[in-house]
Amino acid sequence: MKLVLKNIRLLNPEQKLDTVGDVLIENGVISQIGEISKADLDSSDVLELEGHVCTPGLFDMHVHLREPGREDTETVLTGSNSAAEGGFTGVACMPNTKPAIDSAEVANFIRKKAENHLVDVHPIGAVSKGREGENLAPIAELVDAGAVGFSDDGVAVKTASLVRNALEYLKMYDLPLIEHCEDESMNNGAMNEGLVSTNLGLPAIPTIAEDLTVMRDISIAEYVGGKVHIAHISSQKAVNLVRRAKADGINITAEVTPHHFTLTDEELVNYDTNYKMNPPLRTEEDVDAMIEGLKDGTIDCIASDHAPHSIEDKEAEFIYAPNGILGLETQLGLSLSELVHKKHLTLEQLIEKLAINPRKIMKLPIPKIKEGEIANLTIMDTDKVWTVDIKKFKSKSRNSPFDKRLLTGKSVAVINNYQMYFEGEFKKLK
Amino acid sequence: MALNIKHLLGLQGVSKNDIQLILDTATTFREVLDRPIKKVPTLKGTTVVNLFYENSTRTRLSFELAEKRLSADTVNFSTSTSSTNKGETFKDTVRNIEAMKIDMIVVRHQSAGVPQYLTRISNASVINAGDGRHEHPTQALLDMYSIREKIGKLNGLKVCIVGDIAHSRVALSNIFGLITMGAKVSLCAPPTMLPRNIEQLGVKIYHDINKAVADSDVMNVLRIQLERDAGTTIPSLREYHNYFGITAEVIEKNNKDVLILHPGPINRGVELSSEVADGPYQIILDQVTNGVAVRMAVLYLLGTNN
Repeated sequence: MKLVLKNIRLLNPEQKLDTVGDVLIENGVISQIGEISKADLDSSDVLELEGHVCTPGLFDMHVHLREPGREDTETVLTGSNSAAEGGFTGVACMPNTKPAIDSAEVANFIRKKAENHLVDVHPIGAVSKGREGENLAPIAELVDAGAVGFSDDGVAVKTASLVRNALEYLKMYDLPLIEHCEDESMNNGAMNEGLVSTNLGLPAIPTIAEDLTVMRDISIAEYVGGKVHIAHISSQKAVNLVRRAKADGINITAEVTPHHFTLTDEELVNYDTNYKMNPPLRTEEDVDAMIEGLKDGTIDCIASDHAPHSIEDKEAEFIYAPNGILGLETQLGLSLSELVHKKHLTLEQLIEKLAINPRKIMKLPIPKIKEGEIANLTIMDTDKVWTVDIKKFKSKSRNSPFDKRLLTGKSVAVINNYQMYFEGEFKKLK
Repeated sequence: MALNIKHLLGLQGVSKNDIQLILDTATTFREVLDRPIKKVPTLKGTTVVNLFYENSTRTRLSFELAEKRLSADTVNFSTSTSSTNKGETFKDTVRNIEAMKIDMIVVRHQSAGVPQYLTRISNASVINAGDGRHEHPTQALLDMYSIREKIGKLNGLKVCIVGDIAHSRVALSNIFGLITMGAKVSLCAPPTMLPRNIEQLGVKIYHDINKAVADSDVMNVLRIQLERDAGTTIPSLREYHNYFGITAEVIEKNNKDVLILHPGPINRGVELSSEVADGPYQIILDQVTNGVAVRMAVLYLLGTNN
């Protein structure tokens, strides 16, 4: 079938492309950009998209899809639907499933579940067998089974020697070690340590728990080489460390979540467990440092750390409630509202952090808006004002602190793998 | 006179008038406790559930006695395990108990924030009997009551809290309450026992027990958690006793007018020497008696507020 995106702004900083025009997509492939003939228009579905922006499909490099193990909270399918709704055509899913993604079998199981979906799902392999920090997981087999990075996310890689060995081994594939930075001896907390935790009487995690692991990994990467990617960076000091490491020529990258550049620990005053996550919400200074890091390129990517939890798990007493919040369906809106509309980032910079850089880090091809390419696109209305409604989420879970929040900017449609997601429906283009 | 608060979740943010009213009301009830028949019909027909998720003997006994002396109907729910290990969620437990038509909940829990959470899922009036390391407001109220009873005022008094402030709910409630009542609050502990940024609450910090005693009118001495602290936040109980323990010698050398409080149970030979625990400077058992009166006042004021 034929589809025309009419009068749309085509934006891809990677191609230095920024123009307004029409796109003809035939059977899921971009066949023409520019002025489309009347004959083609008459025989196509035409989407009138004046004022909208078409970018390479967005990519979230840090999500938890919970399958296998906690299919009651999310599955590969519902997580993929949530991604499509949020404007993403690809995700990389963390290995803290049950069992962990520490074998080709589990990686293949997930890829099999994701087959034929619009959204590309790329597994991240565990660094250590069972994520236990003792022995290396079968990294080569996992790479063959499609792993695009390695992480023990949920915890840091346990020992310096294991970080070293993982980094050395991964040099064969030029894939990143994705580190959840948190010193194991200081992780018995439910929120950020500071005046707010002292007032609330909650056990707390100091920023140094994060900073120390960042320092450790930078030192090891400096010594042995390899690629370190800092997941969900949240402390000012950690951003400064990454900035300095980059200046020193170390191969290091970093991502930040929308909640860490939007919210502070002050949100916890009502002990609402939807504000409980790890790393925890920090202070205003840290939020400012995240934005500064995004602006100057210290932070390469925005990733959601989409972490579905059941209502009953999340409604537990604060210290017993699990960490994490949903992110896929609010990420683009929060990024546009907090970063682009507040003029911290240009839209081009945001696209780099949401579509280009994550794929570069994971060595995935970057979609081009170009004739002959399979369409992998996100179409967004950057000015659409909308209210988050968790009841409408495509995710199987509801744990978001952003319910009822007014956002500016939303994905309108995504196209990938010869399919389109538009107005809540998937449609085959071929 | 009525309280502005509908629940007693903590003393942070509670007004001077409310604290004053609770303390004054407690004075009336304190007198009831000395009568041959220690009972008034004030809360007849009111049902109170004591929801204790953590081991507690004296606080639970004190609340139960206070409830009974006000003629309330009381039920007890005690468990030392968290609800998550039991199969039933905390919320379901509370909903079930509330379905039995209760008016007030007295709650103790390992997790900070549970009393506040209860106010969101229940219509009952909630009294915090200790949540995690957050607050234990009735303990602070009875401490203030006891100080006021002994010295006659709180305004301008210098009160020092000694011990593991970081893990103490008693400390935080005392800090908030005493500052509201015009007292000057200080803390005396090794830095490992002080939570981050605590000085921003407007308290003075001591690391020398002699100086602290010399400078204070009242020492409120916290219990050291034997299992938890030795070897981690302090090298040993012996060292703690030698450097932060209050002995007769410390008092006699520095300030013979000092008043000693302790929320109990006492570790004799650790935070207090037996000589001090039984000596003339302390009012530890008065605190226990006053505790019943203060809890009666809180139950009465909140139970008749609606």
